[in-house]
Amino acid sequence: MNINAQILYTVTVYSENHVGLLTQISNIFTRRFINIESLTVSASAIKGIHKFTITCYSDSKSIEKLVRQIEKKIDVLTAYYYLEDEIISREIALFKVTTSALLANSTVESLVNKYNAKIIEVNNLYTVIEKTGGKTEIRELFEELEPYGILQFVRSGSVSITRSKYEQLSDVTMC
Amino acid sequence: MNKKESVSGSVSLLMSLIEEGTDTIFGYPGGQIMPVFDALFDYRQKLKHILVRHEQGAVHAAQGYARASGKVGVVLVTSGPGATNTITGVADAMIDSTPLVVISGQVASPLLGTDAFQEVDIVGIAQPVTKWSYQVRKADEIAWAVAQAFYIAASGRPGPVLLDFTKDAQSALTNHYYEKCTSIRSYVPVPKTDRESVRKAAELINSAKKPFALVGQGVEIGNAEQELIDFIEKAQIPAAWTLLGASVMPFDHPLNKGMLGMHGNLAPNQKTNECDVLVAIGMRFDDRVTGDLNTYAKQARIIHFDIDPAEVDKNVDVDIPVLGDVKKTLPAVTKLLKQAEHDDWIESFDIVNGEEHEKVTVNEIYCDREYLTMGEVVRRVSEKTDNEAIIVTDVGQNQMMAARYTKRRFPRSFISSGGLGTMGFGLPAAMGAKIARPDRTVCLFCGDGGIQMCIQELGTIMQSNVKVKIIVLNNKYLGMVRQWQEIFFNKRYSETPMLNPDFVKIAEAYRIKGRHVTKRDDLDAAISEMLEHNGAYLLVVDVEKKGMVLPMIPAGMDVSNVIMEK
Repeated sequence: MNINAQILYTVTVYSENHVGLLTQISNIFTRRFINIESLTVSASAIKGIHKFTITCYSDSKSIEKLVRQIEKKIDVLTAYYYLEDEIISREIALFKVTTSALLANSTVESLVNKYNAKIIEVNNLYTVIEKTGGKTEIRELFEELEPYGILQFVRSGSVSITRSKYEQLSDVTMC
Repeated sequence: MNKKESVSGSVSLLMSLIEEGTDTIFGYPGGQIMPVFDALFDYRQKLKHILVRHEQGAVHAAQGYARASGKVGVVLVTSGPGATNTITGVADAMIDSTPLVVISGQVASPLLGTDAFQEVDIVGIAQPVTKWSYQVRKADEIAWAVAQAFYIAASGRPGPVLLDFTKDAQSALTNHYYEKCTSIRSYVPVPKTDRESVRKAAELINSAKKPFALVGQGVEIGNAEQELIDFIEKAQIPAAWTLLGASVMPFDHPLNKGMLGMHGNLAPNQKTNECDVLVAIGMRFDDRVTGDLNTYAKQARIIHFDIDPAEVDKNVDVDIPVLGDVKKTLPAVTKLLKQAEHDDWIESFDIVNGEEHEKVTVNEIYCDREYLTMGEVVRRVSEKTDNEAIIVTDVGQNQMMAARYTKRRFPRSFISSGGLGTMGFGLPAAMGAKIARPDRTVCLFCGDGGIQMCIQELGTIMQSNVKVKIIVLNNKYLGMVRQWQEIFFNKRYSETPMLNPDFVKIAEAYRIKGRHVTKRDDLDAAISEMLEHNGAYLLVVDVEKKGMVLPMIPAGMDVSNVIMEK
């Protein structure tokens, strides 16, 4: 394997819930010219501990160094990185199409069914479709809907969960 | 002082500093820090305040103080420009692992975010160049924040911390209660040492035929100078030092083989690429040490002692990392070492260094040419202090000459801006070092460029009567840049010649005694006068304009490209 190959990594950061930490963490990426593909911040299963899920393209050496630099931040408890197959990831996407496109024939509705998406709002002007799933699935749905006119589109960053049983914070005593 | 008592936030801050053992503060007042300075008026017996002339000077002075004493340096400045002026020093302290607590004033909390007078987002600005930055908006938080700040600054791999105090937090009343911080759940200052790594490191060293140790400032920060000596003596490992590790080993120790890196000694640089086991101790493989990483120590197996896990494999891939406090990890490995002898290997260093001595050093420090050289001035000052002074440097040729040609007998005797290479560091840092160690002679070597970057601190030296010895190596050029222009830029001396003021007259205006030397015959007497004078002294020595620091390994190249002669 080429050690310099750019691979999609998911970085998980457990931290105290303190003001300004997002900038501190994103600065570590910026300084090394690593573009953040997606980022979400949420509470973890442990009270008071927040969890960042960040995806980026990097290589195996750089990602290791990056994660160690993140761990150096005082308010960061610990940080890990994963390859795509080591975690379960989902994104949510919202598509806005015209209601006339929905009603013109059954295509849009059958796409919604095919992709296991759902229609969450319909009015005279537009229809909003919600799709939860992997990156690829969402991209494919986008491509298939595109000919029918997408008025608006938005997708969340990845939310990921590891295949380990509990939050991976074994070293840190929670008191 | 653990009883609760109602005091102002400012008093709470000062009481907290005293709890942490602070007795000296480097600072400069201004609008948004006035309540603290007002409180300081009542505490001036316990907290000596050194009034600097520029906030950058305050930070460099605190760095010099911290490096000479091992204590945390404390800086007190106002908001806005007062705070931003500290940033160069803070960044310098970050890259050189110097423990500082920088306290800045801030506009009152209701005004935050309104572009109020002298408001700046200093926490945001400082974040990437501090170990921790925090804004205190409530008086009740002060004792906690100061305790955290000192703990973070001094523990593990030390570094600067910035605390930003809103004016209302300084004025409000609080029930002061101080408790030292001893742990933070999200922060591991000293990583656990893997016993297996200790065993493997010892095994590898025991099997080595040509072991070589690289010694950095981490050994000094960890107060492990003796542990290092025990380690290298037992296995007979020749050792060389980084710029910041210049005073870790006594100069006359037989295993001390000199300086590493771009302007380092020939043997250490060559032997890095000949040794079979390279033992890095509290150093971080800076590019000025390694040169070309593609040819750096490729034949060697590498052991790396460090307290910071992020340093392992950062620049150089390591075979055995030994994480932890070097004061504990070194003896743990030493215990498992076998007594060894590597006489031929050790002697091979002396042969190579001897070659350098003949080709480079003799010319520089025992010169008989018309002009005085930087190296001979440095050598004479070192000799006349019995090699017992604390040496402080600025940045550039003066720094490299001081590192190469002063000798250090004691630890914490070489203070220089390594990672950031901050011109202007020297004068205030020397001042801070002398304040920390009034019992020691403190000699600053600086160039005619660098001294002018913080020359205003002569005012501080006058007002606080800091008896520092300032040696200006005056070649009327920005000498290191000039040297690069000569070698790499076809002798196009773009913006490096300097028209300088009469430095002795400037010193005189600050009531500092001085002397200007232009001839070799006057040098010794001038140095003696400087050292005997009971007070600050500025010695300007006109040196060869086209002097160069040699040997030199050009940036990004390896030792085979070393330049030995002009």
